[in-house]
Formats: sequence, C-alpha cells, structure tokens
Amino acid sequence: MGHKPLEGYRVVDLCVVWAGPFATMLLADLGAEVIKPENPFVFQPGTRGGMARPPQAVLNVAAAWSGGYPGNVPGPRPWNYCPTFVSLYRNKKSFTVDLRRPEGMDVLARLVARSDVVYENNATDTLEKLGITYDWLRRAREDIIFLRAPAYGSSGPYANARALGVHLEGVMGHSLLRGYHDAGPSENTAIYSGDYMAGTQGAFAVMAALWHREKTGEGQLIELAQAENAAAMFTQALMDYSLNRTIQPAIGNRDIFGHAPCGVYPALSPGTAATMEDRWVSIHVQGDAQWAALRRAMGNPPWAADPRFESIAARAANHDELDRYIGGWSAGLDDYEVMRRCQAAGVAAMPVLEASRMFDDPHLRARGFFRRQRLQDAGEHEYAGPMWRLPETPVEFAQPPVMFGEHNDHIYRELLGMDDTEIERLRAAGHIATAYDPSVP
Amino acid sequence: MQAFDDVVVLDLTHHIVGPYATRLLAAYGADVIKVEPPGGDIARRLPPFRQPRAGDVPRADGSAPPRQRHGAPVTAGGEPTTRDHDQSLETSGLFLYLNTDKRSVVLDLRSALARDALRRLAERADIVVENHAPGTLDRLGCGWDFFHAVKPSLSLISISNFGQDGPYRDFKASDLVMYGFAGEMYSMGSTDREPVKMAGTAALFESGSAAAVAATGALFASRRFGIGQHVDVSIAETHAGGVDRRHATAIAYQFSGRRTLRASGSGSGMPQGIYPCADGFVDFTNAGGRPERVADMIGEQWARDPRYLDRLSRLNADIVDEWNAHFIPWCLERTKREVWAEARRARVMCGPLFSMEDIFTDAHFRDRGFWHTVQHPVMGEVEMPGRPFIMARGGWQVRRPAPLLGQHTSEVFHDAGMSDAEIEALSITDAAHAEQEAR
Repeated sequence: MGHKPLEGYRVVDLCVVWAGPFATMLLADLGAEVIKPENPFVFQPGTRGGMARPPQAVLNVAAAWSGGYPGNVPGPRPWNYCPTFVSLYRNKKSFTVDLRRPEGMDVLARLVARSDVVYENNATDTLEKLGITYDWLRRAREDIIFLRAPAYGSSGPYANARALGVHLEGVMGHSLLRGYHDAGPSENTAIYSGDYMAGTQGAFAVMAALWHREKTGEGQLIELAQAENAAAMFTQALMDYSLNRTIQPAIGNRDIFGHAPCGVYPALSPGTAATMEDRWVSIHVQGDAQWAALRRAMGNPPWAADPRFESIAARAANHDELDRYIGGWSAGLDDYEVMRRCQAAGVAAMPVLEASRMFDDPHLRARGFFRRQRLQDAGEHEYAGPMWRLPETPVEFAQPPVMFGEHNDHIYRELLGMDDTEIERLRAAGHIATAYDPSVP
Repeated sequence: MQAFDDVVVLDLTHHIVGPYATRLLAAYGADVIKVEPPGGDIARRLPPFRQPRAGDVPRADGSAPPRQRHGAPVTAGGEPTTRDHDQSLETSGLFLYLNTDKRSVVLDLRSALARDALRRLAERADIVVENHAPGTLDRLGCGWDFFHAVKPSLSLISISNFGQDGPYRDFKASDLVMYGFAGEMYSMGSTDREPVKMAGTAALFESGSAAAVAATGALFASRRFGIGQHVDVSIAETHAGGVDRRHATAIAYQFSGRRTLRASGSGSGMPQGIYPCADGFVDFTNAGGRPERVADMIGEQWARDPRYLDRLSRLNADIVDEWNAHFIPWCLERTKREVWAEARRARVMCGPLFSMEDIFTDAHFRDRGFWHTVQHPVMGEVEMPGRPFIMARGGWQVRRPAPLLGQHTSEVFHDAGMSDAEIEALSITDAAHAEQEAR
C-alpha cells in the first residue's frame, strides 16, 4: 500500500453535528487515523440523526436528507443509518465510553496520550463540564493540538449562543443576501454552507498546526469561530460595505458582477416540483460574445435582436423580460439538450440536478466519482465520492460509515493495551457497548 | 514565525477559487508567488471597487483619475514600484481580499523566456497551484510534465470546473452553473418557483477552501515522502461530495428512494424557520427540538401548555399553527437583538438576520478582532475580514496588502538568481506580446 499524506497522525474526534465531523472526515481521507469516542448514555442530536430511536412518524415528516433511512424504516440500529451521519463518517473508527464518569475520562486520557490532535465543535461549555480543557489534554500529551470550533468564538457576548450553520450564516449576512430578489428572507430554505467552510478550514488548520509541530515540537490550541470563518464566502458584500458603505441586495440567481442573462430556466419536465420531477437549467452568459453565442444556440430568434438586449447594461435592465424569452425556448427542451447546445456554443449552462439524477450523469460516471460501500443491515449502496484526486496518495473508502462502537475491541485491547479483566470491568459498567442505552430515546 | 513560513507556493491561479486556496496558505506564512499575465488577474477587474470619497487626494498633475471598466475611479496614492502601471487595476475589494500577502510577478507564459523564468521559480517551490482550463498549461509547454521534470517531489494542483478528464472537461461554468449541477441547489427555494442559489459567489469560496485542503495534503506527501503528484480538483466534485446536504440527499435517495423536495423555509415546528420581528428577522431553524428551553425563552404562561411540550402532539399541524399564532406576536414585540438575547439566555438555537452594516458595527466581532486594517498604496486604509481561525502559535498575520500588478517581478526574479538583463528581457517580451495582442 502506498503512502497517505497524513498517515501516522491520530485524531480524537469529539465532534457533533456536521462542521466538525466534516473536518475530521477530510483528515481521515488524507490518511489520519480518526477515532470517535461515543457515549452510550448520551445522544447528541444532529450527529447520528435527530434521535437515537426515531419513531417512524418522525422519519416520515423529516426532509429526505435527514429522514431517508434505508428502506424508509428506523431499522434495528437506527443510529447507524441517518443520511447526514453516513455521509460524514467513512474512514473513521468508533468506540464507546461514558465520559461523565472518572474511569471514562481515564480512558480518554490514555487515548489522548497516544494522539496528535483533539478536534471538537460542541457548544462552548460542553467539554468544560466534562473537565476536558486544553490544560487537561496537555497533561495527557504535552504537544497535543486541540482545535475548538465554537459558533462565535470563546469570548464576547455571543460566546454561549447555540447555533447550527444556518443560524450563524444569518448572523454573517447570508440569509439577507440570498434567496429570490422579490421575496422576503423567510422564504429561504435552510442551508448549511457555513459547515462546509468550517469543515474544510478546520482540516486545513489542523494541518497547519501539524506542520508547525513538525518544525518546532510545539502543540497548540486553535480556535475557529465558525461565524468568522464563514464570512469569507460573502467577501464581495463585506468589502462593498467596508469600502463604500454600500449594502448589497439579494439578487437571487443573477450575476453579482452584473453580467446578463444569468438565471435558472425551465426545461422539459417529466413531472412537477411536488413529485420532484421538475427540471431546470442554469445559463450564465458572460460578455457580449457569449450573448451572441447563446443567440446562435437558440437558433437566432427574432426577439433576441431587440436593441433592449444589445449590451450588458441593456440586458441587465430588461432581465425579467429576457428571462421570459429564454425560458420560452428552454421549456421545450430536455435540460441536457439545453446544456449541449449552449456548451457547444461556448456558453456556461448545466442542468440543475435533483440529487438522484447525479447517479445517471455521464460525466460523473466517466470520472468514476461514486464509491460503493456496504453498511451492516443496510446493504451496499453508491455514495458521493471524495472531494479531490491525489493520484499518488489516493483517497480510499477503506472503512464504511462507522457503526456505533465498531472498534471497541481494537481501541481497548490493541491501542490502549487493556487486558480482559479491565475490559470486562468497563463493559459491565456500561462503557463498552454497540447500542445506546435503552434509556436514550 | 508562521506555520507555513518554510513553504513556497508558485501560484498560477486567477479569479476566485484558486486565489482563495492560495490566500489561505499565504495567510499562515507561505511565500505565495502570484504569476499574472501582462493584463493581470481578471479579479482585478471585478467589483466591488473602492469608490471615490470626499477627502481623496487629487492626482499631482491635476488629471482625472483613471476609470475602472465598471466605472470606479481610483484615488491617488503610492506609485507601483516596477513599471508603468494602470492604477485602475488596483481598486477591487475582491482582489484585495483574495490576494493579501502574496507577491505578484508578471509573466507572459507564451514566450520561451518566460518558461525559463517559470522553471527558476518552480525549482524553489514546494507546490504549484493553477486553475487554467484543462490542457492550457500543456499547450503552453508548462503543464504537469514540465513541472515534474523540474523536480519530482513537486506537486501540481490543478483546479478546474469539471476535472482534468471526462466528457465535460472543457465545459464553461460559473458559481451558479456549478452549484446547480453539483450542489444542493435543486431543493433550495419555493416549490412553485425555480431553484435559487447561494449569495454572491459563495459556492466558489467553498471550493477554494476545499482546494486548500487538497493542496496542503499534497504538501505533506511531498515533504514527508518525497511524493510529487498532479492533483485534480474538480469544482463540481467539491460540491457533489460536500457537507451542505448534497452528499446526504444523494445517499438518502440510495437508501430510501426519497428525493428532497424544494420547499420554502425548513418545515414546520415550534419554532422552525425564519420569523419576522420588530426590526427584521430571526432564524429558529431546528430550535423546536428543545421544547423546555423554548418555553423558558418565551417566559410566558401559554408556552408551558402541555400540548406544546409533548413529543407526539407537537407533530400535529393544528397545534403547531396555534403555537405559532402565539409566537409570532412575541417576536414582533422584540428587536432581533432582543430575541437573540432571550434565546441565548435560554440556550435556544437562534440567529438574527444581520445586514452588512449590522456586522460591520457589531461590538462582538470588533472586540474579537474580526476586522483587520491594511494600508494599500492605491486604496489607502482598508478594513477587511481578518483571520479565519486563531492559532496560538505560528498563526495568521498580514505581512503585506495584495500586490500591485507586477510589484515584485524584479525582487522575485533576483531572488531566483536572474540578472537585471534577464529580467529586463522578460518585460520586453511581455510588451511585444501585448503589442501583438493589440494588433
């Protein structure tokens, strides 16, 4: 087997929900050994699903991306199947331990002593309540790298605010900047792009600290305030205010740099939005030459020669009307056909793919993007692939989304070197399990 | 001392994704040599531009300041250090943010002399990052084979819309087009309308952030094991495999056959989604999962009705409507900051919808040092978002503002061991090409 960029580094994953687990998954993809301690008596909502044992009725009303469990049933071990969970837990190890008890903290200390990185993104006081602080970790391992990713940082009036990505994006301006330009923000669908930023940059931060440690021998504490981190996505709006005191409006699907036309247009659809069979194609024309190319791709319709569409400024000023004309053309065509005609002319256009259609896309297929993984009780499925290709140190999906306590034996026996007596004692005390305690809903 | 201060990045990127990736490396110490074509990175021509203000100093010769293509005149300030220079290329706030801490050299890669100069830079580099259309660098004679021959441990990070191979390799794209194709745009918006994207070019910043991780992974492989490789970052795949619900919507379909409906808001709940308040809006997505805390936040008797606290009766749409009929007036009597303060006290998930003005003036972010002021020779004093994360050691620093076009050409090539005459020859080649272009 070849090398992996981060082989030999061990990461303790004390993460919850999405942003932290995304970061540790990227580190695992690059070869780090990521180990997640999990508590059989405490369920963290949003991580292994909304509930450990969700009633069927709860799954039925949840959005597909959170409630679409295998076969549409909770199954025998529902904590292993939530779509958002399985998306973030490949290549990781899981073992169980109750950190609320001293012997559980002792297990964690022994693990930390053998680790390089501890990563967490809990609400600000969660780990303190358990007694896990940077100083405590350093007593176990002097050069430990401890990354904390609170929502708003560990200081200031918002330090204790509870938040998911969607809330801190509201605070950082995204919710007012996005959405239809002619509808209020309460129409906005909840999204979590802040988790994407914090996850990728948390992984990057860990690597920066490892690089620093290799040179100096020093570990350290890193604080990644997710709100501050997410701000970069809105650079244009932040800089416009900073430079000019201009508050940019929501522009929907229009081009932030002023090019036109730029939008999402109807395509020939086998069904409706209600059945999730409506089809759309995005078209983004950048410059007059591309506008001329789009006119050709549309078959040079007479309306397109109108002087109201002659220049960028004119097209931007008459954008709604332009949209109606283009939509009239695209609505009669398959979305991939619009793509082919536009791209052949050199115009950016792609179908807006509902997720299930990704699996039929010829390009993603040709690239070998999807990866098959087998999950106990659920069977084999195709999963979205890795985020990049490093051909000499490839990302492998060696460990499928990890089951609760799957690596108990490996961690306790091989990594921590415990004997049968010690392991049996911890098992009898409820630390070692492969299911949540029955008291956990 | 900074974490990556022993790393040299040869940066052949432009626009947003690539420059954001290398900007992260630069922010933590890497020496990023930004190679720009004679006309400069396209981002120099992208808004927002610094608009003229009262108090701007007129130019010494009394002439009007040069006008940006999109209409923003620039102010007088320091002069570029190397060659005759168009100041209109130095007022983009986007370019400033993306290229802080980099050094700029101008090279016209179409000339053989420039490729020799590029070889000198590559010899000293740890990684090369580029985002030209696939095949472009190969055609110019400075693709993967070129860099691999310079130094086997050197990695080339190629960022492109759809990757270095496959049927869409040469397709055009943009933030809208990429996010619609590969991100979770389909389910964003109203059921009776078209899907709608994220703000601005958020999707491109996400991809840049992902590319920084890939580039750093390649750095580790190179430094630890001497492995050089041609890394392929497809912007499409950074979204298709990304955390913002797309990989989950995909596997949810595989698991259950269920597709994700495009629907406004985020479902119903107590509370759930975005609510109006006295001076704007507050977001309570997923806050309903902790009913006791919500009742505590509201602090009124009605909120403690057992029907509102019971796990199953809370799924009843009539009860949700009844609860919201109480809750909406409660929000409307309070400002967004007041609502958030109550939510924070009761540990309820909530976020007010801030405008850029709210963020800019907010004491929490100011006091924490979110904003950083740079002195730019043309734009003057500029406040911009600062550190993306805080390292106790070897962390973020601003060493220099974004470079003027070609500001460091002479300095960088001297460092690479070239003579004045060789450097001069390069700029003559550039000028000849520029003339050729003009004809």
